[in-house]
Order: sequence, then structure tokens, then C-alpha cells
Amino acid sequence: MDTTGDKMVNLAMQDHNILELLRVSKTFARGTVDEVKALNCVSLTMAPGDFITVIGSNGAGKSTLLNIIAGLFPPDNGGRVVIAGEDVTNLLGYKRASYVGRVWQQPDMGTAGKLSIEENLSLALLRGKPRGFKIALNRERRRFFRTRLASLGLGLEDRLGVPAHTLSGGQRQALALIMATISNPAILLLDEHTATLDPKTARTVLSITDEIITREKMTAVMVTHNMEVALRYGNRLIMMHRGRVILDIAEEQKKGLSVTSLLRAFERAAGEEFTDDSVLLSSEL
Amino acid sequence: MTTALSILNSSLYEGLAFGLVAIGVYMTFRVLDFPDLSVDGTFPLGAAVAAVLITTGVNPHLATLAALASGLLAGFTTGILNTKLRISALLSGILVMVALYSINLRIMGRPNISLIREVTIFDWASNFLGLSGLSLSIVVAGVAALVVFLMLNWFLRTDIGLALRATGDNEHMVRGLGVDTDKTVLLGCALGNGLVALAGALVAQNQGNADINMGSGMIVMGLASVIIGEGIFRPKGISWVLVACFGGAFVYRLFMTLALYTTFLRASDLKLITAALVIIALAIPYLRKRIRHEWIPPATRW
Ligand SMILES: Nc1ncnc2c1ncn2[C@@H]1O[C@H](COP(=O)(O)OP(=O)(O)OP(=O)(O)O)[C@@H](O)[C@H]1O
Ligand SMILES: [Mg+2]
Repeated sequence: MDTTGDKMVNLAMQDHNILELLRVSKTFARGTVDEVKALNCVSLTMAPGDFITVIGSNGAGKSTLLNIIAGLFPPDNGGRVVIAGEDVTNLLGYKRASYVGRVWQQPDMGTAGKLSIEENLSLALLRGKPRGFKIALNRERRRFFRTRLASLGLGLEDRLGVPAHTLSGGQRQALALIMATISNPAILLLDEHTATLDPKTARTVLSITDEIITREKMTAVMVTHNMEVALRYGNRLIMMHRGRVILDIAEEQKKGLSVTSLLRAFERAAGEEFTDDSVLLSSEL
Repeated sequence: MTTALSILNSSLYEGLAFGLVAIGVYMTFRVLDFPDLSVDGTFPLGAAVAAVLITTGVNPHLATLAALASGLLAGFTTGILNTKLRISALLSGILVMVALYSINLRIMGRPNISLIREVTIFDWASNFLGLSGLSLSIVVAGVAALVVFLMLNWFLRTDIGLALRATGDNEHMVRGLGVDTDKTVLLGCALGNGLVALAGALVAQNQGNADINMGSGMIVMGLASVIIGEGIFRPKGISWVLVACFGGAFVYRLFMTLALYTTFLRASDLKLITAALVIIALAIPYLRKRIRHEWIPPATRW
């Protein structure tokens, strides 16, 4: 009786979680002098609509965590990645695409520069789906793209035919955001996607990000080097250090935090100082 | 006056036939960003397959289609070397080109096959249309060019075609959107080389023989045509890019024919001129940056 009850609870939980990382480790260059344990037994669950901001010192394993979720490489033996109730641990590379949308740090990574805005969006619309011999652009798609782009408020809806490389960094990141979310993947991954932008543009792109995530009810993970940003956005904050999640701060707790108290919390949990100059200096946001 | 007209006409025919080569080169070099040198082998491959089949009595249309298929297969092989065995694109193309030299000789059985006494698609069209000479050549090559133009103009706008174009632009992103880019690379290599083999089959039938050496320098010629086409037409959009390939091939051929009318150049100098042309065209953007003191990335070695 008891065990079946447990099982049912477990199943219900699985259905409810968008992401489950179970004891995920990642070792690079195993067995060589360069061996790095980039992730050390990380377990993490995300409920639908969770918007986690991630901070951590350089080399803490933040990008590695996102790469594991995105399926760029598998975790070390024993780790499991479950997305939307499906075990995707062995679903790697392009096969993982339907689950994960992603925006990178460099604006040119998220879009195909020679293709037009509308062609980029058409590519993204079919994320993870088979592609056939239908003409990619039609009136219906264009209308859809226009409404999506109009919501950005950047005027891109009138420039559908323009090659993506002619856009500014901020515009390109905004386009990349739309591309990452237009087909409603289970998870949105953002890896310091405003880091290369000037402060003002970064602010714009961040508020666009927040708007899209809220409107589309996305489950999202956003890595940032800016503590204020990490505190302002999202409903959950995790701190990473040396391949581990050392702090996981829930919404209510997060609301009352200041940058200094966050730093202190980090130092208490890590047992050492936060080593990232850019975090302390970046208060312009 | 009549020579001027005949020069224009022969350049027109060559622009159409070798425009197919230019489009093939465009598919790999530009669309896929895959410097595929197997073209030097697939051009005579197409000629060899068509010639052998025609001399054994196969219908010339079927023989031409078979040539196209042989090119698809050769391009596919180049793609496999690169995507599945991770040999560099440049070397994959060279390996297939070298292998094709032997294969082409095996197919032909001798270095040269004459088609003078055979019924080619040009003879068929001649009966059909009542044309002869250059105008016949132009019409047949024109029909082939038109069909290829229409098909590619459609294909490159489809969802698959878009994925193919994006592969050469930002492969990382395309994979992130769920496209198996190995497949798009294979498709692009196959298509490019298929078109080149088709051109080989047409040219062999038009000139009345297939020769083992007829592909030498084809890659540089195709590249020169693409560069000239891009320079003159500055194409935006797929249709114009395709037109620019034919236009570039036409101008290139015209240029080469005119070069022969000068007293100091010989036919055997044309490859040197072509190479010089490509070198200049490729060096200009770099030199421009040097002059403007812009940032220059390290030289790529593919
Ligand atoms: N592909 C790789 N091969 C070898 N080592 C790697 C690889 N990717 C990451 N690492 C190492 O793993 C560790 C974690 O790297 P990761 O990129 O995840 O850190 P990060 O938290 O994103 O840091 P940053 O804030 O600098 O972006 C680092 O020591 C890094 O050198
Ligand atoms: Mg990182």
C-alpha cells in the first residue's frame, strides 16, 4: 500500500517537473593531467514556469550545466537528464533540439547572418520537426512573425527581408530570443546573453527576455555575471561553485536579498571569497 | 560583325552549359561553405557515363540522367568522407577527385570516346526543332539551364532548402534547431556535383567526345564564374544568385574567347589567366582591409 502510494506520488512529480537533473557530473579530459570536474553530482528540478537565474565564479560549471541540459554532450555515467517527463540523457545534439531553446553570449551565434529575419524565424519555427519541400515563407507565417516581432518594440516587424547580419547586437539577441521561444520548447537556456551588449541595450534585451518568459510561461535558466540582474529577475536563484550548486534560493527568500547579503551567503556556503571581478564592478544595471 | 555575333553566341552556349558548373560550385563553396574540389573529377565523370551509355545504345536522355545520378553519388561520397569520417572538406574533395580519375578511365576503358557517330540529345533536339549549329546548342543548353534554375529556385526556398542554406552560414545554430547538418551537407554536396556531372554530359555530347582530361581546372573556372557573377550582378535573393552564376559563366567565357584573339595569348595560357583572376578576386577584400588597417583574422587553412 505504502509503496504504491509512493510510486504514484513519484509519477505525479515527474509529470509536473519540466526538468530533472539527477546526479549529473561532467569530467573533461578524464585521466589526463588536465582533468577537470566541471560538474560534481548536480541534482536540480524545475517546475513549469520556473525562471532560475544562475550565478557563480568563473569556471564554476554554469555553461557546462546548460550544455548538459541542451544535450551538447552526455553527463558522466550514472547521471540522468529528464525533460518534460522524458529521459533524454542519451538524446544528444540535434535530437535534443525540440526540448531546448537557447540564446548564446555572442549575438552571431543565435542567428544565420546571411539569411533574412523571416528566413531565420522560419528555420526556428520548425525546431525539432521534420522539414519538407513546402515553400518556407508564406503569408500566414509572415503575419505570425510580424506579430511576434512587433511585441519587441524594435521595429523589426518592418524589416522581415533584411539579412540578420545587418542588425545590431541587441537586435540580433532579441531576434535570437524570439527564435529560441517561437516553437515553445520545454526549456529556455540563456548563457550570459547580454554580456557583450552595452549597458543600455543589455537592459532592453533583459526586459524583453523577462517579458517573453512571462508571456509564454517559459521555464527558463539564465546565467548572468550580474548579481543585481540575478536578484531582479526570475523566481529562483542558484549559485554554483566548483561544479556544485551551493545555494538554491526560493522566491520569497530571494525578494529580500541585496547584493551584499547574497555575497555573504555565497562566502558562507563556499567557504571562500567570490572570485569574479566583473560581478562586483557591474553595478551600472 | 559575323565573328562578333558568333563569339557572343558561342559564349552564350558556354555560359549556359558551364553556368551549371558555376551553380554546382556555388552550392558547395558558397551555400555550404564547403570548398569541394571533387568537381574536377565529377565533370568528366558525367561525360564518361553519358558517353559510354550512349555508345552502348542507351537512349541519350537516360544516359544524361544517369550522368546526373553519377555526379550525385560522387558528391555524396565527398560528403560522407567529411561528415562521417571527419576528413577535412578540402581533402575529401581532393581524394574523391583523384579516385575519380581512375574510375573515369575504368568507365570509359580508354582516355577518349567519340560521340560523332552517335545519337545525342542534341541530335534528338535537332530532329525535333529543326535547328542546327550554335543555335541548337544554345537551345538545348538553355532548356537544361532553365529546368535547373526553376528547380533550384524552388528547392532553395523550401524548408529543407532553407536548412541547407543555413548550414553553411551557422551550422551550430542549425543543429540547435534540430537539423541533422550531416544530412544537409550530404544533400548539398550531392546536388552540386550532380549539376557538374550534368554539365559534363551536355558538353561531351555537344562537342562530340568525352575526354579523361576535360575536367582539369573546372573548379577554378567555376569559382571564377561565381566571383565574376557576384561582382557584376551583386545578387540579392536566390533567383538573382542563380542568374548571376549563369551570367558570370557567360562573361568569363566571353573574356576567355576574346583573350584568344589577342596576338600574345595562347589557348594554353587560359588556365593561368583564370587562376590569376581568382587570386585577385580573393585577395582584394583582404588587401582592402590591410589598407584600412582593419582587424584581420588569421589565415584559414580549412
Ligand atoms: N569542452 C571542454 N573541455 C575541457 N574543459 C572544459 C570544457 N568546457 C568547460 N571546461 C572546463 O570546465 C570548467 C567549467 O567550465 P564552464 O564553462 O562550465 O564554466 P562557467 O561557469 O560557464 O564559467 P564562465 O563564468 O567563465 O563562463 C572550467 O574549468 C573549464 O575550463
Ligand atoms: Mg560560461
